[in-house]
Amino acid sequence: MDILNGLAHGFSIALLPHNLMWSLVGCFLGTIVGILPGLGPAATIAMLLPMTYNMSPASGIIMLAGIYYGAKYGGSTTSILLNMPGESSSVVTCLDGYQMARRGRAGAALGIAAIASFIAGSVGIVLLSLVAPPIAAFALTFSSPEYFALMALGLALVVLLGGDSLVKGLIALFVGLWLTSIGTDLFTSQSRFTFGQSSLLSGLDFMVVAIGVFAITEVMNSIKEKEETQVLPVPKGLRNLLPNREELKACRFAFANGSIVGFIIGILPGAGSSIASFISYGIERAFSKHPEKFGTGVPEGVAAPEGANNADTGGALVPLLTLGIPGGGTTAILLSALVLWGVKPGPLMMTESPDVFWGLVASLYIGNVMLLVLNLPMVPLFAQILRIPVYILHPLILGVTVVGAYSVSGRLFDVMLLAGFGVLGFAMSRLKFPVAPLVLGFVLGDAMERALRQSLMMSQGDLSILVSRPISATMLICAIVILFLPLLPRFRALKQAAG
Amino acid sequence: MQKNILKDGDVIAGAAAGALGVYITMTASKWTIMNEDGPGPGFFPMGYGIGLILLSAILILSRFKAQRTADEEPIDWAGFARAGGTWVAFVVAAALMSIIGFYVSFGLMTFTLVLLVFGRPLKSAFTTGLLSAVGFYLVFGLILDVPLPIGMMGF
Repeated sequence: MDILNGLAHGFSIALLPHNLMWSLVGCFLGTIVGILPGLGPAATIAMLLPMTYNMSPASGIIMLAGIYYGAKYGGSTTSILLNMPGESSSVVTCLDGYQMARRGRAGAALGIAAIASFIAGSVGIVLLSLVAPPIAAFALTFSSPEYFALMALGLALVVLLGGDSLVKGLIALFVGLWLTSIGTDLFTSQSRFTFGQSSLLSGLDFMVVAIGVFAITEVMNSIKEKEETQVLPVPKGLRNLLPNREELKACRFAFANGSIVGFIIGILPGAGSSIASFISYGIERAFSKHPEKFGTGVPEGVAAPEGANNADTGGALVPLLTLGIPGGGTTAILLSALVLWGVKPGPLMMTESPDVFWGLVASLYIGNVMLLVLNLPMVPLFAQILRIPVYILHPLILGVTVVGAYSVSGRLFDVMLLAGFGVLGFAMSRLKFPVAPLVLGFVLGDAMERALRQSLMMSQGDLSILVSRPISATMLICAIVILFLPLLPRFRALKQAAG
Repeated sequence: MQKNILKDGDVIAGAAAGALGVYITMTASKWTIMNEDGPGPGFFPMGYGIGLILLSAILILSRFKAQRTADEEPIDWAGFARAGGTWVAFVVAAALMSIIGFYVSFGLMTFTLVLLVFGRPLKSAFTTGLLSAVGFYLVFGLILDVPLPIGMMGF
């Protein structure tokens, strides 16, 4: 199926009335989640996943993806009106968005954020449609050694880009690998790290881990920081939400910059939309005729990061859908959702599950339009969500986490595990250990171990199989270089001290 | 003010990760690492177990090295008490679910959090707890028909 035929097939799936409804539900929920500080798309998707068990895979992924990209639209609202990012990817939007709002241009800032998100999000989806098929075709040549090397490369990038400390990132990754080893070994049926508990023989459920380290941790962090909200007013009426001609003219380069930078960064595992928005903002400032005005409320300071953070979605879906490698927490949950529905993300997904693959891609086009229509006129209404008191919101989130964890297995044991992972995630965030490597280690650990053991079985235990094949050797060398990159400045300093 | 390095978060985390690494390595060493069929169940855990031990040693040593310049930041004990209290309330509610069911324990947890953690008046805490439990019953119990923990009284 070529790209145009694939897209036509995808639209025939995504335009079915029930799929349109699920897309709208996802976009709506995503926008709300994005607006609410302290509740991210990863936690929301993890909590709502059990409710999609009875849906078809195409409908389920359309709704969950809607939450994913909808949250990116919503995150800007909180940044602009509250100077507090609804999502980590909207941190940069605070810089100029809040300043615009303080000068009475809240409506224009919100409008620019929505328009930039729409343009860059659409560019990201077009690039996804064009780039995914050739990458999937190339990945069809991969065997176990290449898959192992690919996962090692992805995890190395996640560790490098996921936090300030390489050592902490690697520790988090290894803890994730350990957690995924708990249960029964697939090759020999040996029980591993089960502490004699029969409940652990089938392993830990990913949803329990994800809900614990994302949702419970977010609630605990918000309560610890005692976040208060003071919302700036949003002007009513669509006209007041549209930027003027000068503002739009100032954003021309920012729209293109955000689209391209966001997509490219999105493809890199571990980089995430926060880095994309920072880089895009930096480029915008570097090429600006008035860089000194950035941070005082310039419209391009809103357009560039918001565009990048939305184009990132299309980029992030490329490795997930074509290689089966998620680049962050949210895509890791989308991966496990697809696996739960019996869909295997990877190079064969396009041919084995065209409804899901192309249906999802087409739904992104539709969802992007829905979000623009939802966001422009309804921003004043969405802003009211910020007035929900935290003492109501946080217990509700905790209640939903129990529903999400319990409905996976029907065991209270999983609810207690949820509490355990919540405290682990809280401790990690306080000690500045990145959570993404732990989650990705958990998601990829099983497949990585399988690929490694299959490779070594193919070679009768000879490790050189990993470096004797050109593609796997290249990827492993890249992974090693990536892990040693942070040590370069130290080597240079030592060399200078010695010389 | 200089802090006691042994109470440093990174040192404690490093020690915990190191202990986990030792446990993983010792446990994995009892399983087959490699035989004529290829690697066994102990092969992969042995690798990351050793990795954990080495990394935790690096983390601890780097903190000792940086100790001379590290100044103590004030710890927000009240904030930690709020977060810890929330977690304890959640765990107690989870433990009670098999006895009094999800809805009642969730209502009690909400009541406790609103009253003690958020410091709201008793009336507000009671109303929020009650309405949250009723709301959850309507949405998840009646509309979505999601199975939730049932207590001894059958709800």
